[in-house]
Amino acid sequence: MNAMPSEIGQIVWRHRNVIDVDCFTREELYFLLDQARHMENVMDRPIKKVPVLRGKMAVNLFFENSTRTRVSFELAEKMLSADVVNWSVSGSSHAKGETMRDTAWTLEAMGADIVVMRHGAVGSAQYLASKLKRAIVLNAGDGTHAHPTQALLDLYTAWKHLGNLEGKKIALVGDVLHSRVARSDVIAFRTIGCEVVLSGPPTMMPKEIDSLGCRYEKDPRKAVEGADMVYLLRIQRERQQDGLFPSVDEYHRWWGADDNLMKYAKPGALAMHPGPINRGVEIASEVADGHQSVILEQVRSGVAIRMALLYLCGGGAR
Amino acid sequence: MTVLREKAKLMDSDDLNRVIKRIAHEIVEQNKGTENMILVGIHRRGVYLARRLQKIIEEVEGTKTPCGELDITLYRDDLTMLFEQPMVHSTRMPQDISGKNIFLVDDVLYTGRTVRAALEALVDLGRPSSVKLAVIIDRGHRELPIHADMCGKNVPTSKNEVIEVRVSELDGKDEVVICERDAQ
Repeated sequence: MNAMPSEIGQIVWRHRNVIDVDCFTREELYFLLDQARHMENVMDRPIKKVPVLRGKMAVNLFFENSTRTRVSFELAEKMLSADVVNWSVSGSSHAKGETMRDTAWTLEAMGADIVVMRHGAVGSAQYLASKLKRAIVLNAGDGTHAHPTQALLDLYTAWKHLGNLEGKKIALVGDVLHSRVARSDVIAFRTIGCEVVLSGPPTMMPKEIDSLGCRYEKDPRKAVEGADMVYLLRIQRERQQDGLFPSVDEYHRWWGADDNLMKYAKPGALAMHPGPINRGVEIASEVADGHQSVILEQVRSGVAIRMALLYLCGGGAR
Repeated sequence: MTVLREKAKLMDSDDLNRVIKRIAHEIVEQNKGTENMILVGIHRRGVYLARRLQKIIEEVEGTKTPCGELDITLYRDDLTMLFEQPMVHSTRMPQDISGKNIFLVDDVLYTGRTVRAALEALVDLGRPSSVKLAVIIDRGHRELPIHADMCGKNVPTSKNEVIEVRVSELDGKDEVVICERDAQ
């Protein structure tokens, strides 16, 4: 483990809901990373459980399938001793025409304290939070808008390896346009002081890259040059039918990360991916399984950072 | 808002260091040597006190006793009553605590709730052979059936008072003072 900022002071945590990463200051981000480090320590113990959310009820409300995010939240909730209810869309009352507002009130009537929601619609997490009187909302992904916990776990993984992230360079390669992960990562890494460069097919880039505070390079080798972190975004194969790239093979040849592309980055640069990975599309196996890959560490970081957020936002008196 | 007003000095640097030395000797005496024991400091000041005990025991006995640190935040019994979540500090044990004699170290023993939380945290980490408690000040007002096995000084206090054990590592100087809460 690399150098940590030695003294991270107590700050007043003012957040109840986590809808997007843009609500955090740099100081709050470092505080959160520090708290996640102690939570990760709990994961290494013989008894992987602390009683901090005892008596609290967490509902994982998933309108879109996402087994890994749901399982990561569920593990985090269980390690903090919360009671966990998984509410998935298939066969639920939502399919029978219940509005989200009524779902929210139903959850509260049942005594939910924490609601983790994944939904296909932009702004759904914010809407849900506005309808809940007592329970808090952690956004587990809303449409193409935000995926704050993914960005925070990425930040945490990077921080553990690189220490102070000020001035470090990250290259994000792939489908930025449709990616809530990319959007949240750009904001998180910019807030903490990193240089962010985007690369990928021009058809998969948002219009206003400058307003995000980052730069676009069509050639991934230029984007990756001198980078401390290379972040490969998942390519949805369906996008090919939309005509955004000619073929999976061609995508891989141009923008897929192989050892050759990684040579342009700094020696020892981290290879990151939100998972699940498409081998031979956005990432070659030699990189995914290589010594620079921290993809499995990211999975572990996800549990730790979610524990920290659940503790800071979901604990305490109401 | 309440303000802490310093009322009296209970120990200066020499007094405090004499107390730490005596407790170090008592620990070795109670453990019948330095075998099979671990010093565990409770965050925050207990951690520094435990390290000092470790140093003194090494000087006297010639062996370095393993020393760990314990954060009890996640085991507090008042978390559901707090509006602001307290900061979590690190918990580190130098080795498996199962079968060891644990000497818990803290600065002040008051209600006993910190020690209760520490005991719960400890049993989640393993099954020690025994757990004993060493504190610098016992100020009374226990709310749980807990007592100190080694104590620097018993100080009768009122609930309106606060005892501050200051250590140079954190506070710039070694001393123990008694303060009073003034309502403003």
